[in-house]
Amino acid sequence: MAFFIASSPHNHTQQQTSALMRLVMYAMLPGLIAQGYFFGYGNFIQIMLAIGTALITEFIVLSLRNKNITAQLFDGSAILTAMLLGASIPSLAPWWVVVIGTFFAILVVKQLYGGLGHNPFNPAMAGYVLLLVSFPVQMTAWLPPFQLMSHHLDFANSAATIFTGFTLDGYSLEQLRSTADGFTMATPLDTLKTNLKLGLTLTEIQKNPVFGEHFALGWEWVNAGFLLGGLVLIVKKAIDWRTPLSFLASLFLCSLIAFLMSPDSSASTLFHWFSGATMLGAFFILTDPVSGATTPKARIIIGLVAGFLVYIIRKHGGYPDAVAFTVLLCNMMSPLVDQYTRPRTYGHNVEHK
Amino acid sequence: MESVVERITRKHFWKFHGGIHPPEQKFITNHKPIRHLPLPAQLIIPLQQHIGAAAELIVKAGDYVLKGQSLTASQHPMAVPIHAPTSGTIKAIKLAPIAHPSATQEPCIWLTPDGLDKWRERIIREDILQLTREQLLDIIAEAGIAGMGGAGFPTYIKISHQTPIEFLIINAAECEPYITADDLLMREHSSMIVEGIKILQQIVQAKYILIGIEDNKPEAIQALTQATAQLADCYLCVLPTKYPTGGEKQLIQILTGKEIAKGTLPVHAGIIMQNIATCFAIANAVLDDVPLIQRIVTVTGQALDKPQNVWALLGTPIQHLLDQCGYQAENNNQLIMGGPMMGFSLPTTQIPVVKTTNCIIAPTEQEIPSGNHEVECIRCGQCAEVCPSLLLPQELQWSAKANDLPQLEKLNLFDCIECGACAYVCPSQIPLVHYYRVAKVDIKQQKLQELKAEKAKTRFEARKLRLEQDKRQRELKHQQAAEARRAKMNSTDGDNAKSAVAAALARVKAKKQATTDTSTTNDAIAVDTENSIAEQQQSQVAAAVARAKAKRLAKQSQTEQAPEILEKIENEPKNTKSNNPSQDSKLQTDSNSETTAEAHHTVQPNTVDAVAATLSREEKIKLVIGKAKQKAETTQSPLTEPADAVTTSIASNKQHADDRAQRIAAAIAKAKAKKQQTEKQ
Repeated sequence: MAFFIASSPHNHTQQQTSALMRLVMYAMLPGLIAQGYFFGYGNFIQIMLAIGTALITEFIVLSLRNKNITAQLFDGSAILTAMLLGASIPSLAPWWVVVIGTFFAILVVKQLYGGLGHNPFNPAMAGYVLLLVSFPVQMTAWLPPFQLMSHHLDFANSAATIFTGFTLDGYSLEQLRSTADGFTMATPLDTLKTNLKLGLTLTEIQKNPVFGEHFALGWEWVNAGFLLGGLVLIVKKAIDWRTPLSFLASLFLCSLIAFLMSPDSSASTLFHWFSGATMLGAFFILTDPVSGATTPKARIIIGLVAGFLVYIIRKHGGYPDAVAFTVLLCNMMSPLVDQYTRPRTYGHNVEHK
Repeated sequence: MESVVERITRKHFWKFHGGIHPPEQKFITNHKPIRHLPLPAQLIIPLQQHIGAAAELIVKAGDYVLKGQSLTASQHPMAVPIHAPTSGTIKAIKLAPIAHPSATQEPCIWLTPDGLDKWRERIIREDILQLTREQLLDIIAEAGIAGMGGAGFPTYIKISHQTPIEFLIINAAECEPYITADDLLMREHSSMIVEGIKILQQIVQAKYILIGIEDNKPEAIQALTQATAQLADCYLCVLPTKYPTGGEKQLIQILTGKEIAKGTLPVHAGIIMQNIATCFAIANAVLDDVPLIQRIVTVTGQALDKPQNVWALLGTPIQHLLDQCGYQAENNNQLIMGGPMMGFSLPTTQIPVVKTTNCIIAPTEQEIPSGNHEVECIRCGQCAEVCPSLLLPQELQWSAKANDLPQLEKLNLFDCIECGACAYVCPSQIPLVHYYRVAKVDIKQQKLQELKAEKAKTRFEARKLRLEQDKRQRELKHQQAAEARRAKMNSTDGDNAKSAVAAALARVKAKKQATTDTSTTNDAIAVDTENSIAEQQQSQVAAAVARAKAKRLAKQSQTEQAPEILEKIENEPKNTKSNNPSQDSKLQTDSNSETTAEAHHTVQPNTVDAVAATLSREEKIKLVIGKAKQKAETTQSPLTEPADAVTTSIASNKQHADDRAQRIAAAIAKAKAKKQQTEKQ
């Protein structure tokens, strides 16, 4: 009888990479639901478009590379990238924005570098940066939360705006974004930045309705949702706790120092935590295993550096939200930090008594 | 160290990094006692079942052996003897696949049991406290005891170190899933185990005895607690269940907090570790004179109807064990010898049980799936979290796949204990340990090649030097010889031959004139000497012509005369400057010119001598060359030879270089002729 020959170990947890990806996707759901609640169906449609583009692109590339299509197409990595990108862009951005972004992310950033496991940069964030730099107008046309909107959009209207640029009634995106007074609303971070430049103090800025009662209307709940999902991932050991913790701690510390130094011109610490894409970045993007650091010390260092960079770019950089650029910079640093933070192997450098 | 013992008494143990908690699966076999099996039909006993060298056979095919009889013996320190597990006849001693992942073939003794199970004579030792350390070590060595935890290191070497031992650690952890052999041994034979520990203590004289056991064996803990109650300085340490607690380095770290430095052994830190089954074997050997001939094997897996621990004789084929435990072949795709984490797959069921076999697993497909589902590494880092050696399995895997051997050494690949924890947790199901094993072998082979290259280079350099030295010496010798010759040349005026000729002529003239005019002898001689100089050239030419003719004659008479001439030449003394040459040649010239035709036909011994005498050194050399050439090539125009001889003799009379060259050429030609002669023969 011919026996199957294998090398030890023969036992295995039977955990699979695709299962890991699926877990991360499920953990994104609370944040996505919050986003859908406050900002409408737009992001949902964007995510669907992104997933479709991602699968088609991956299929094309895998066929060109003569790889095993069935196994690799549905291993979850492409879909996860699409979800991350779809959740990051403005909810009513034109359809071609997300298509171009996803196409670039999958084809160039992931597959051209070698496919799953070989990409040095996070594909979703690299795609996001491409869009931000190439289409600044479309990428800064953020929709305000529904409490502040004069027109309410249902699914059909959202779809129409995304695909045609106008609602079924004929309102343009710009019109949707403006208040009854005609002011175009921006994200809380954007509002903060521009008004600080205009010389307003923090108390004056916070009178703006986008800030809501707490930190950032709508955005705070989205971030809370992603925080919840991230904690679930840590408990399930899908991601390492070191990166998110050090990132949030570092961001907290930087904003605390700035706030203590000049409370009038610096936003509060929790504002930074609960606005923009902080929680999404902390738990879902910086912890991407392929592009992140691997050794425990490196993960802490990257988290610390990321927090610092996010704060600096938000405060002094040209863009209101800094997570995408920070992530790319940290991806660049990861291999170097990895090399210098290798753990001491058992038995090495032990003093002889 | 008081602090270590204090912590142990407080049950506050240390921890090692990483580790996993695979499903234990011990419930399959840990509720049944150890079973004794009937004798198998055939025993296949490998000669080497340990780390080291195989001992030499002291039996041969056809011998009848008794149970416990030594089958091999050796004085080599790393050789461990094997014994007959039962009485029977040795059918054959031949190659068979052994219990190793490669299933390579090594010499095995095929023993057919006769069913009588007859023991050899055993000496029951009553008072072992009187035995010296050396005697105990001898008994253990003779009993063929090797480490039974899985590695198989010769026990008596491990415990014979002279360094002071602080801790004697008994490894009863049995951390791998499925295996319950040690568990059952502790439950059923705890008193014998403690006897073995006492014997070990008598040998190593450790300050403290620590028994490390996992907390998933409550009955065994109870049994040992009772058995070791009277043992001084003995601590039973109950440890949390984690794989790989039973690894030597990990257990030492948990119990004593010490890390064994790279490149050193635990014994250098004052620690000796022995498996609990080895202690049992030691007790049997010392007290009852029972060598290591059987061991407990856990036969488990869901493809068996009756999985159980069994007493298996060493050399039992696995098929026998499986048959005895109700093997269901249709459910089973693979057989594993050892535990699921560190065991190896078996290609056939004829592999025998050896001293290090602690478990056989026959799993169903759902239990342990076969097949390879490897995907790309996603760098999740879970492997590094569980590695007990604090390595980076992910980096090792990247380098191993890229065949980057220097980087692998830098990442401390050889610190990997191959426990399998990294591959166990890998979500991409990459067979990490397999890559490391292949890489380790690659690095070892490369080092071996480098060593060989180094040696070859040293040899080459030495040879080059030697050849150069030889060449220089040769040149020096030639130079010295040349100088000597030149010196000799310059010491006499003119050519030796010339002066000899001149002297001879002078003597002849002197004699003639002596008979006629004695008064003017001296003057005549002087005049003759002077005249002879003028006559020299003519006489030389005439002599040369005469010689040539003589040679031609000699050659024409071919084989009969030439060897005789050659013999004459070769047997002649080196100093051929006789007075006769010119005289003889002159006479010969006259005689030859008259009797050329006659001489051509008459073959007389006189001519041989005469001809041989007339020939100068150069001519002789040439004759030798010619003869050699003749031997090789039958067609040879006789005219060219003498012509050559004449021209060369006249032209190069004074040239020593040609002389030397001719000698060399003669020697070469002679050698060639000889070789061709032998080839023709």
